[in-house]
Amino acid sequence: MGNEILKAPIGGTGAANQDVFSATLQELAATDRNIVVVTSDSRGSGKLVPFGKKYPAQIVEVGIAEQNLVGMAAGLASAGKKVFAVSPACFLTARALEQIKNDVAYSNNPVKLIGISAGVSYGALGSTHHSLHDFAVLRAIHNMTIVVPADSFETTQAVQQVAASEQPYYLRFGKKPMPLLDETGETTFQIGKGRVIRRGSDVAIIANGETVFPALQAARKLATENGIEATVVSMHTIKPLDEKLLSELALECKAILTVEEHSVNGGLGEACASWLLKNRYHKPFDILGIPDEYTVTGSQVEILNHYGISESGIASRVKTLLNTLT
Amino acid sequence: MENLKEKSREYRRNILKYIYKAKAGHTGGSLSCIDILNVLYNEVLNVSPETFTSPDRDRYIQSKGHCVEALFVVLADKGFFPESDLETLCKYQSHYIGHPTRKVNGVEQNTGALGHGLPMSAGVALAAKMDNRDYRVFTLMGDGELPEGSNWEAALTAAHYKLDNLCAIVDLNGLQITGPTKDVCNTEPLDKKFESFGWAVRHVDGNDVVALKEAFDALPFEKGKPSVIIAHTVKGKGVSFMENDLKWHHGVPTEEQYKIAMQELSTAP
Repeated sequence: MGNEILKAPIGGTGAANQDVFSATLQELAATDRNIVVVTSDSRGSGKLVPFGKKYPAQIVEVGIAEQNLVGMAAGLASAGKKVFAVSPACFLTARALEQIKNDVAYSNNPVKLIGISAGVSYGALGSTHHSLHDFAVLRAIHNMTIVVPADSFETTQAVQQVAASEQPYYLRFGKKPMPLLDETGETTFQIGKGRVIRRGSDVAIIANGETVFPALQAARKLATENGIEATVVSMHTIKPLDEKLLSELALECKAILTVEEHSVNGGLGEACASWLLKNRYHKPFDILGIPDEYTVTGSQVEILNHYGISESGIASRVKTLLNTLT
Repeated sequence: MENLKEKSREYRRNILKYIYKAKAGHTGGSLSCIDILNVLYNEVLNVSPETFTSPDRDRYIQSKGHCVEALFVVLADKGFFPESDLETLCKYQSHYIGHPTRKVNGVEQNTGALGHGLPMSAGVALAAKMDNRDYRVFTLMGDGELPEGSNWEAALTAAHYKLDNLCAIVDLNGLQITGPTKDVCNTEPLDKKFESFGWAVRHVDGNDVVALKEAFDALPFEKGKPSVIIAHTVKGKGVSFMENDLKWHHGVPTEEQYKIAMQELSTAP
């Protein structure tokens, strides 16, 4: 196997990223009374009930009203509050998109938008509750940094870093327990810099959020079964994209596959493709995400498996991609 | 009060002057709301170029952003920037675009999309309560933007959080781009709607600076409730041929019309 950084046991269950978000925010609120959470009847799904009990003066409930959630968050932030506006990603980034665009990004109010239960986390609840558009719409909005942590380490770091920053952010979390991808503490996490989880020279698999773990599983499977060595990157920040890392991957690896829990249109894959082509890196390249169709019914895992966003699906896609080289 | 009335005439002349120069602008609405801005900035708001970054300043957020010319002429008069800057209004590479933007000193929030002022204002007002600060927040809304649902989401929340440091002013000129507001989407009885949402309501002649000052002086109308001033105004107020005529929503005067209008606005009625 490659010179792998990761030492965590594969298949172990860690905490869900949105639970880690909530716990981290509680820690921050303990010493910073300016931290304010705004929710739209979403404190339960955001695991913020303990936060609300512990810091009742630092949680604002607006009811089921996402536009008002973001508008008020912008007002609170402009008056000096460190605001985390928490709502399911599907509603936050669709219903309140104009408030995100104008009240947060354009007005430069440093709201931290927290999209919870993102991607297809809600499974069989269907398309109304899926957010497969959020990367695409937010990428097109100036002054919006988009961060999609993969595990509890990245989540903790991301929450701490955005809390200390006076810029707008969108953080996206799922509710599935995620194994810790690195227990060594050797790696650093910096918004805007991709995190290399595993190194190999045959192919680069660039993933984010909850798809990094199956990408890593696939990389191990490819190494064991096929002798294919894959680099796996947690490209947690989609915007701004880590262009330096992208160029290194393009130089080091023979092919690149991107993986995301998002529509294949307008997300991580297209962001990478666009940059690589513009900079004349002509590599075998593929985008694995949710295709442009009505999503199949099922649990999150069933939906992801259906579209090949899984250990075997990703491995298979890599082999197909590498076959184009021969 | 004569000074205040003269100030309104001066502001109206400047609104027309810069719309005429820019060959663009929202003439009718700027003329309908200018008395409100006049009274706010000269008699009510605790804000100045010197205190604009103070956390204790009063905030004014203009929800009906398209009537930015009214805001810009007042901010220039209050010294937030040189009036000559307005020569660049809507010109290539100017900061002075056709809606409020924070690139212009004195502007609190970037607005222009309707239905955004009240939610943001409620957020600022709530922050004041949380921080035990006694500044107040004012937002100016058009009657045409009231069907935007975000306004009513914020109206609920403002009452829920007892934001009596928040004052919304509705510039009720009765006309929007398609026609009379009551024909486009009737919002009457507006007072009863706000009352039922938990607001304290007062009607006022929105082109009468004395009446406006009295209303602002009476804030909050009821302790523990947000206040709304329903300001009955005339679109195009102050220029005879513009008053209540829809074509002046964003009409730009010809040279001849401009001269007549400036003549009408040069003397007290």
